[in-house]
Amino acid sequence: MKVVNHELPSIDGKGLMMGRPAYTDDLAERNSLIVKVLRSPHPYAKIVKIDCSKARALEGVELVLTYEDFERRPFTRAGQGYPEPSPHDKFVLDQYVRYVGDEAVVVAALDNKIADEALSLIDIEYEVLEPILDFEEAYENKIVIHPEPEIHDMFPIGFEPLKNVAAAYHMHVGDVEKSLNESDVVLEQSFYTQAQAHAMMEPHTVNARIDYQNRLMIYSSTQTPFHVRRIISQVLDYPLSKIRVIKPRVGGGFGGKQAIHGEILVSAVTLRTGKPSKMVFTRKEVFESSYSRHPMRLDIKLGADKDGTLKAIDCYVLSDTGAYGEHALTVFMVAGSKVLPLYNKVDSVRFHGNVVYTNHTPAGAYRGYGAIQGNFALESAIDMLCEKLNMDPIKFRQKNMILEGETSPIFAIMGEGTEGTAMFMESCKLDFCVNRGLELLDWKHKYPRVKQDNNKVKGVGMAIAMQGSGIPYIDMAAATIKLNDDGFYNLLIGATDIGQGSDTILAQIAAEALGTTLDKVIVYSSDSDLTPFDTGAYASSTTYVSGNAVLKAANDMRKMILTEGAHALGVDVKDIEYDGVVLKTKDNEITLKQLSNRLYYNEDQKQLTSTNSYVGTKSPPPFMAGFVEVDVDTMTGEVDIIEYVSVVDCGTTINPMLARGQVEGGIVQGIGMAIYEEVLYNKKGTLITNNFLNYKIPTRLEVKKLTTEFAVSYEEAGPFGAKSVGEIGIDTPPAALANAIYNAIGVRITSLPITPEKILRGINELRGQKNGK
Amino acid sequence: MKIKVKINGYNKTFDVNPDEYLLDTLRANDYLSVKKGCDNSSCGVCTVLFDGKPVPSCSLLTVKTEGHEITTVEGIQKDAERLSEYFGHQGADQCGYCNPSMALTVYALKHEIKNPTDAEINDYLVGNLCRCTGYQSQHLAIKKYLEDDQL
Amino acid sequence: MRINNYHKAVSLEDAYEVLKKNGQNSIIAGGAWMRLSSKEIETAIDLSNLGLDQIVLADNSIKIGAMATLRDVESSDLVQALGDGILCQAIHKIMGVSIRNLATIGGSVIGKFGFSDIMTPLLVLETTLEFYKKGKISLEDFLESKDREPDILLHIYLKKQDTSGYFYKMTKNSLDFAVVNVAISKTNNQFKIAVGARPSIAHLAQNAMNYLNGEKVINDEVISKAVEIAMQEFKFGTNSRSSEEYRSQIAAVYINRGLNEVNKR
Repeated sequence: MKVVNHELPSIDGKGLMMGRPAYTDDLAERNSLIVKVLRSPHPYAKIVKIDCSKARALEGVELVLTYEDFERRPFTRAGQGYPEPSPHDKFVLDQYVRYVGDEAVVVAALDNKIADEALSLIDIEYEVLEPILDFEEAYENKIVIHPEPEIHDMFPIGFEPLKNVAAAYHMHVGDVEKSLNESDVVLEQSFYTQAQAHAMMEPHTVNARIDYQNRLMIYSSTQTPFHVRRIISQVLDYPLSKIRVIKPRVGGGFGGKQAIHGEILVSAVTLRTGKPSKMVFTRKEVFESSYSRHPMRLDIKLGADKDGTLKAIDCYVLSDTGAYGEHALTVFMVAGSKVLPLYNKVDSVRFHGNVVYTNHTPAGAYRGYGAIQGNFALESAIDMLCEKLNMDPIKFRQKNMILEGETSPIFAIMGEGTEGTAMFMESCKLDFCVNRGLELLDWKHKYPRVKQDNNKVKGVGMAIAMQGSGIPYIDMAAATIKLNDDGFYNLLIGATDIGQGSDTILAQIAAEALGTTLDKVIVYSSDSDLTPFDTGAYASSTTYVSGNAVLKAANDMRKMILTEGAHALGVDVKDIEYDGVVLKTKDNEITLKQLSNRLYYNEDQKQLTSTNSYVGTKSPPPFMAGFVEVDVDTMTGEVDIIEYVSVVDCGTTINPMLARGQVEGGIVQGIGMAIYEEVLYNKKGTLITNNFLNYKIPTRLEVKKLTTEFAVSYEEAGPFGAKSVGEIGIDTPPAALANAIYNAIGVRITSLPITPEKILRGINELRGQKNGK
Repeated sequence: MKIKVKINGYNKTFDVNPDEYLLDTLRANDYLSVKKGCDNSSCGVCTVLFDGKPVPSCSLLTVKTEGHEITTVEGIQKDAERLSEYFGHQGADQCGYCNPSMALTVYALKHEIKNPTDAEINDYLVGNLCRCTGYQSQHLAIKKYLEDDQL
Repeated sequence: MRINNYHKAVSLEDAYEVLKKNGQNSIIAGGAWMRLSSKEIETAIDLSNLGLDQIVLADNSIKIGAMATLRDVESSDLVQALGDGILCQAIHKIMGVSIRNLATIGGSVIGKFGFSDIMTPLLVLETTLEFYKKGKISLEDFLESKDREPDILLHIYLKKQDTSGYFYKMTKNSLDFAVVNVAISKTNNQFKIAVGARPSIAHLAQNAMNYLNGEKVINDEVISKAVEIAMQEFKFGTNSRSSEEYRSQIAAVYINRGLNEVNKR
């Protein structure tokens, strides 16, 4: 292949490093009204009085909006396909506020200073209500966070708000209780994963204006421009045809922008004033008032026979969706559907649980999307089971894990809020990934531990993982290709580049199929007017789903060119040899350049355009094995990460460099979740970690070495054999690190993050036990 | 109050309040390459050069810049372009939001430390956060850029 | 944070006059920490024009201007040569280069911040502060002082001595505040031990120092006993970064390690 699977530089890196205006706020109108929100200081309260008269009277204040200014229409902010699997439990503004940071009053003013002053002039009185701040207390608590009669789900998702349940699910294959009873060895353990913040570098931002066709036009830093357009139309009851949403360059999303942030408020302000308006989240608002990862408790039971055959997996999940239910059901289900099939040969498996409301910042989509939480629990539990069985954890996995050509009943049962799709693993190189990783890390000389001189011990640990490639029968992507004079193309795609490089790799796919070079495919993406539909950047769908759409459109275009070429040369299509540059017959030829100019200006003039779409009929999982070597200080619990080895099977890598970037970026985010990132609230329900001084993300000094390799693999159903790779990188670090630390010093941490303090406490307990004897 | 400051070699006059920060002044005057990230100098995306030294523009009062020289990436275009090529060849460019500030900091680094070691490069850049890349590809790109730049 | 007026001082006298005029007038140094505060400043007084950013040798001391940036101090050969460079080590670990180009050493000291990484090594070096009105005062006395009279910090003096030094900052992540920090110095066989970010501000372990400095032979047993005594005199606290229990355990380990290291030299 000439373009695909080549390490080509991205098409936009240069312009961005040189500082060209490209991000949402760079494109705001100069005279935009500044939109700011007065946010609740209480985790749960009822607004009993609002007096906005002083604020409205302040010079420079254009508009002040309260819950009384909006029609009461419940919706979900989650950016998902319609009908959404998330409950419609949010109103634009409500008389109740349900977390510290929830929206109470909206102000639009001429500049920041006036807007801030207006906020301080709002006279607001709350009746403070008792909140639920512990998700383990939420179920059937006498406090009900969502008693509103109008809220509803779009189809059954186990929505029981009067019990504080946003979603629930149960599935089983075989009889888990029976299998556990019949197992030689049973391992039972609960695991806790914490809320994590996306901490993307660009805060959420959106701006709107009414254009000269009198339409509402919005630039938003979003992962789902089409869903945003639909939601604005539904919530503000404004015709879909009069709304245009464009996603410009985005400074990182990772799931944190897969839901509405300021779009509805800014649209409301612009529609009511007729003036451009904008909202830029402060970093505090990003932490407090956008979304974070669902914290979970996972109760795992594993049953195995003495010979190391895994017979049963039981997994119960309690997930905290915070004040509103965006992505509640789907994240929770992925904790099962994209983890449990790793051990597909069990006799029985059960996955069940509840997602509960609490008065915390709402949880939402975040890379991994449940798989990282589930992976931490299961892969830690597997190592613990191996200890009980006295069996090597590598051999155990090699015996029980899923292999190429196999399937799991879970695929057919669990989809995203709906039934799943059965599939066989046409490509699965997990066995290679494990073996290669062992080599790269020099596992056999390092497992389980190597004692150092200075009270330090080195240890190694690992975990395997899988994810998906889009949501079958739900995620649709489309692409349009237009041939220009001079023989170059425009590629119009709905697919959302949020920094992962989708513009580049989709252009590579097009260029390969068209037989041209990357510089001749000009990409324009994510404009609800000008580009065809795409669900957006989530569920690892872009390479596989959007890529297939691009491939189909490119193949269509190629056929059109052949037809026109045949016409121009006066021959049949079958007589032509075409390499993407020249159309040749036995004794004649025409270049694409010449043909395209002729089509524009000279004869049989026509505009060649092809459009095609793709919906997946399965979701071929990428797989990976993650290995880590740590150095633990046994006197202080401090941990150094010496090397992280990742061996990934994502089919063909459309661009090996960008694929590696996705994996490494994911690994480091996963390491952050594993060892120190933590969203922390104080006893009153206020976020302590609401700025970068208190919420720390990995720096370049944290990880000494990342080694990443890709397995040679080919997924028939993927474009040029590719599967997606956007999320898989984040899944393994928590379990790999927990396992490595256990192997080093015998301390098993079952709740994230794995801090030096927890480790030292474990070491002291072990010492105490030793001394006690 | 009126402030006279040199930006990228051009003499500029701004009329600002005493509590206005340079980041806001720059963005309001179309220096859109300077980005807002965190409001308390913890992330690095607002970095500009103040008499050649990297500083967080979100925490520098515009009034304090009087008589000094500010450099944004608009003022080091050739260096930024070259660095972007190295980033491109390592796949180190993802969302790009941290890249202009990275270019400025690397520019300052190469003028301050000759032949920096890995540790010196990491120490100098530690305050420039990146959430996308996991840093290793950026490091390889910057290292190669600095090595080639010496020659 | 609001500032209503800005005044660039033309002399120390001028700066002091403006400072005295209004309780809400304030010296602004680098301004690096100002965004964290929500107070209102009537007139901000800038000392940048007064040449207070020099680092020079003055008699037997290193004289550091209060307006010298942290980066200036960190890069100074003079400061690096003192106490095995522990002040430079401590500054080096504060956030990133760009904020250290803005924050001044004066601003970092005057705030008596509990999280300070600078206070700890300054306490184990012989440090004297020089103010405009009250003149010279030792760092220890300054920390104890409850004096609220408006004044201007001019210089920080570090006595030039042949000192061995040790500094450790225990932190979860390279850019974070310390969970706890430890500084140790030995000058003419006299030890100083300080622990900071407890989370409260750095403090000398006077009892432990007295014990240690009275012993003729410093061996493992003596060091362990010194650590024990030190742990009695420090109060640790719990916050979102760490529990009291963990802080004290870590402090004990690093005081031990520091004493051992410094003792060898």
